[in-house]
Amino acid sequence: MTRTQTLPKILPALPLLVAGTIATPALAASVTITITQIKVAEYHRPYVAGWVEPVAGGNARTIFVWYDVKKAGREPGTKWLADLRTWWRKGGSSMKMPADGLTGATRAPGSYTVAIPANLPAGQYVLKVEAARETGGRELVSVPFSVPAKGGSASGKTELGTITIR
Amino acid sequence: MRFRTFLIAAAVSSALATPALAHRMWLLPSTTTLAGTSEYVTVDAAVSNDLFYPDHMALDPAQVSVWAPDGSEGKVENPSKGRYRGTFDVAIDKPGTWKIGMNRSSIGGTFKVGAEQWRVGGRGRPAGPPGAPGAGGSGAGGPGAGRPGGPGGPGGQPPRMVATVADIPANATDIKLSESLTSYAIYVSSDAPTKGVLTPTGKGLEFDPITHPDALVSDEEASFRFLIDGKPAAGVKVTLIPGGKKYREAEDGQELTTGADGVLRIKWPVAGMYWMSASAEDNKPSDKRAQTRRMSFSSTLEVVAP
Repeated sequence: MTRTQTLPKILPALPLLVAGTIATPALAASVTITITQIKVAEYHRPYVAGWVEPVAGGNARTIFVWYDVKKAGREPGTKWLADLRTWWRKGGSSMKMPADGLTGATRAPGSYTVAIPANLPAGQYVLKVEAARETGGRELVSVPFSVPAKGGSASGKTELGTITIR
Repeated sequence: MRFRTFLIAAAVSSALATPALAHRMWLLPSTTTLAGTSEYVTVDAAVSNDLFYPDHMALDPAQVSVWAPDGSEGKVENPSKGRYRGTFDVAIDKPGTWKIGMNRSSIGGTFKVGAEQWRVGGRGRPAGPPGAPGAGGSGAGGPGAGRPGGPGGPGGQPPRMVATVADIPANATDIKLSESLTSYAIYVSSDAPTKGVLTPTGKGLEFDPITHPDALVSDEEASFRFLIDGKPAAGVKVTLIPGGKKYREAEDGQELTTGADGVLRIKWPVAGMYWMSASAEDNKPSDKRAQTRRMSFSSTLEVVAP
């Protein structure tokens, strides 16, 4: 399983929104992440990680990591994963990269939907999304939600736009 | 823990032994957190008043040791000693937490020969041992050493001083000696932090952190325990100073003391690099010739913004 890297299940956001109007999902099943468009001379796509933390305490569970998967050599793309400093501390530092079903290439500005693990035990959670951009900023957005039932939404100010769980 | 005995410049020695003095010794890593095992950390080493502003004295990288997470010895690479600052690199090529720093032990103090006061170690150049010069090494002056003969030297007031305890002559009286144990360590982690290099040895004043030193966040309280001879040490005085004083009005240092459980709970006023220095004194020197023991442990800690 060295080179067979599975990308996370990413769906275009729009069809899902449409689907949502037809059948209201009973579970917090997915999160839609918006990467902000930033007009700067030197733009690099941000590294972004998302994870779920139980409010009552316990281990964080990473649900996606987008980084420069392809860059190898003297300075591989993994070098800057520690720039996602909160994710790194909450568990990223002990993950083996790339991770099947979790890691993928960096994304251009836009909205992306990622599945939230269906096997989360019932309870209160916070979903966190952290973005760090080369020569740019870093931002952490928290979205409280619960299993089963309730989703939620929050917005970043710089690197990240709206993060919606539904 | 290997305690090395160094004969070092007196200014450094006094800064180490008594952290209350303004001159502070420091190591400043370029980072404390790395991803992967193909990275380097580069470290500045100096002695200065303000942190981390090298404007006084370089620290020689030759004094620095490196402990890898698996207990093996790491390497100091590209050492260089500039006017104000030493620098060196360490290849962080194994996952886990590395320790970079130094342990020193020395004995200093005073004694009398007749009415004259002599010093052991300390500032200035040794004037040669009282009586026969230290050529005898273990001979320690020998019984016939008699009256200190060292100074006949150049004009002025030559210091009456011997370099080491072994040079104290047999006819010395009023011997007052203090053992000094000094440790400085920084911690750098590649991938997940580990605690191997933080395992206490049960000797002297030791840092036994509850919060890992490479997982400090400005909005989270940190807990550090200090041990003396392996037991939680109450009443250890700890100075904590954020770097970059020149960019604000005050030094903003904190003077803290460990509780009965030997634990210190720290709130960080800002994110950044901090200089921490803990010190304690007792009368349990490991060296029988000394009456007191002064211990210090210092570190540079990186506290990130949340």
